[in-house]
Amino acid sequence: MSGFKEFEGKAVALDRANVDTDQIIPKQFLKRIEKTGFGRFLFYDWRYKAEGVLNEEFELNQPENQGATILIANENFGCGSSREHAPWALLDYGFKAVIAPSFADIFHQNCLKNGIVPIVLTEEEVGFLLAKGKEKSFTLSINLEEQSVTDHEGFSTQFPISQYWKTMLVNGWDEIEITLQLDDEISAFEQQREAALQN
Amino acid sequence: MGKSIVDKIWANHVVHREEGKPDLLYIDLHLVHEVTSPQAFSGLRMKNRKVRRPDKTFATMDHNVPTINRKQIDDQVALNQMTTLEKNCLEFGIELAGIDSPEQGIVHVIGPELGLTQPGKTIVCGDSHTSTHGAFGALAFGIGTSEVEHVLATQTLWQSKPKTLKLEINGELAKGVTAKDVILYVLATYGIRFGTGYVIEYCGDVIKNLSMEERMTICNMSIEGGARAGLVSPDETTFEYLRGRKHVPKGEGFDQVVQQWKELASDSDAEYDKVIVVDGSDIAPMVSWGTNPSMTAKVDASIPRQNDYQTELEKDSLVRALSYMGLAEGQRIEDIKIQHVFIGSCTNSRIEDIRAAAEVVKGQKVHPEVRALVVPGSQQVKKIAEAEGLDKIFVDAGFEWRDAGCSMCLSMNADVVPSGEHCASTSNRNFEGRQGAGARTHLVSPQMAAAAALNGHFVDIRKATVGAV
Repeated sequence: MSGFKEFEGKAVALDRANVDTDQIIPKQFLKRIEKTGFGRFLFYDWRYKAEGVLNEEFELNQPENQGATILIANENFGCGSSREHAPWALLDYGFKAVIAPSFADIFHQNCLKNGIVPIVLTEEEVGFLLAKGKEKSFTLSINLEEQSVTDHEGFSTQFPISQYWKTMLVNGWDEIEITLQLDDEISAFEQQREAALQN
Repeated sequence: MGKSIVDKIWANHVVHREEGKPDLLYIDLHLVHEVTSPQAFSGLRMKNRKVRRPDKTFATMDHNVPTINRKQIDDQVALNQMTTLEKNCLEFGIELAGIDSPEQGIVHVIGPELGLTQPGKTIVCGDSHTSTHGAFGALAFGIGTSEVEHVLATQTLWQSKPKTLKLEINGELAKGVTAKDVILYVLATYGIRFGTGYVIEYCGDVIKNLSMEERMTICNMSIEGGARAGLVSPDETTFEYLRGRKHVPKGEGFDQVVQQWKELASDSDAEYDKVIVVDGSDIAPMVSWGTNPSMTAKVDASIPRQNDYQTELEKDSLVRALSYMGLAEGQRIEDIKIQHVFIGSCTNSRIEDIRAAAEVVKGQKVHPEVRALVVPGSQQVKKIAEAEGLDKIFVDAGFEWRDAGCSMCLSMNADVVPSGEHCASTSNRNFEGRQGAGARTHLVSPQMAAAAALNGHFVDIRKATVGAV
């Protein structure tokens, strides 16, 4: 995972609540044993009417939304199954950030692990961005270090993110590598715990 | 101030604590299945890393296994995923209950059945229904594949301590009302994100009087309310269930662990971040009518109307859901016709579920326009049911009797509901396309599914004449 500090990209609005990970990536595509190549199956049942037949009404299929890298969604985005194939599909399609008023816990965690920034803004702010996105395609800038989202037309706000994840994302660090440096502590814990369970 | 069971388990598992970071939490049991693990093993291999504690890791295959004709698997992509798991377990020294094993089954059914699941343990699996194991007073939650890789390599996870939610269910359940109805009622009342950021502790008289299998059904669907974990403080019911199971200490050793387990239960003066109290006597047999588990109504009620909702977002969700489901506002639940019945899944595929459904089905016939399936949660459940002659009851009635697996809960294998058709399902999710593209799922208890199979539409299990067509 490579780190990043800021980026600018086209935003697409998907104004639906409770979008579950079964919609983000349907089960028939979970049989692959790689992490890549899931982008073409993203939102499959909404994107295609039948195999190979595009649903032209679906937000992601509209010509002005091509090349979008920021997804704006409604509350409880990513609920349901823990499948990490969901962020893999978003990433492979080209998304680098998802903005919503709230996220499901496991999906939120899975995004961070893959370098997608899950950005929580207020309902009003998301409502504004969703309405704007429905009218026309527009560009947003995301600055992770400053924790800011701006649209160059006056919209500017900040989003919360834990210091831990901010550092991990900015530097693109490997979490396992960091934990393995604590190997002695883990071993000591194991000895102590196994002794306690014996008594 | 007293401690809750979550406080106690958490304190017992913190390996490393540092300002500005989540805690590094030790994991006692890591369950692995074929769908969410291959990329994690590849990651280990790429970095030349080992599995730290193969002895604390246990694997099975459940999600895409066929439930019929298992000798010959036609789906090559699924087969590749199964053989990949076999190879990974062999290479990294992990015990596997493979497709031919008498212990094979749904990961959340076999963990408890084998006594791997125990009070006080931290348990993870690359599957959101890992919350099931919380029924034993374990802190059990679903993780993504990156976290699977992290646990394989380090036996730990970086986790921030979740908030606690006490969900007290008092009173008594009416006849015909099951654990499944309890959790569906909770979801219908409080929605699908009331538990986000929390661990739910279920308590109260209703919970106390439930069997372990019933508690598992409730904890299983904690994630449907947004909570990664749900649990119940262990008690005599828990200990009796575990006594004599394969991975549980025997004899004196058992008495010793029971003493440790008893200390885990929440203190009476424990504090919680949120408390919800539910009156058990208000719960009825429930049927989901929409495309998420909170879109659920009592069987004798009707589908809501737009006017029943306050916000545009809710109204929009109702319209979208009913359009997908091919149902109308105000339609009576009992008038919904079904073409498929699925009795199975990690929510409701244990022996008590199979017995309860068999009780309803006994001596009756499946409605001619209905295709009905029973998929036991494990090969052991299947064996017990067959020893009791339950398979015969189902087959005589016109049900198909299958081998163990996740099957039609998510239809990764060949058990699929065709587009536009309705299925009464004992599973946990009614999302669009969950049981097949265009499939229309209704979540119910095993008894309600069995009764629907006989009638071709939903019927109120509390009525005496459910068997009559």
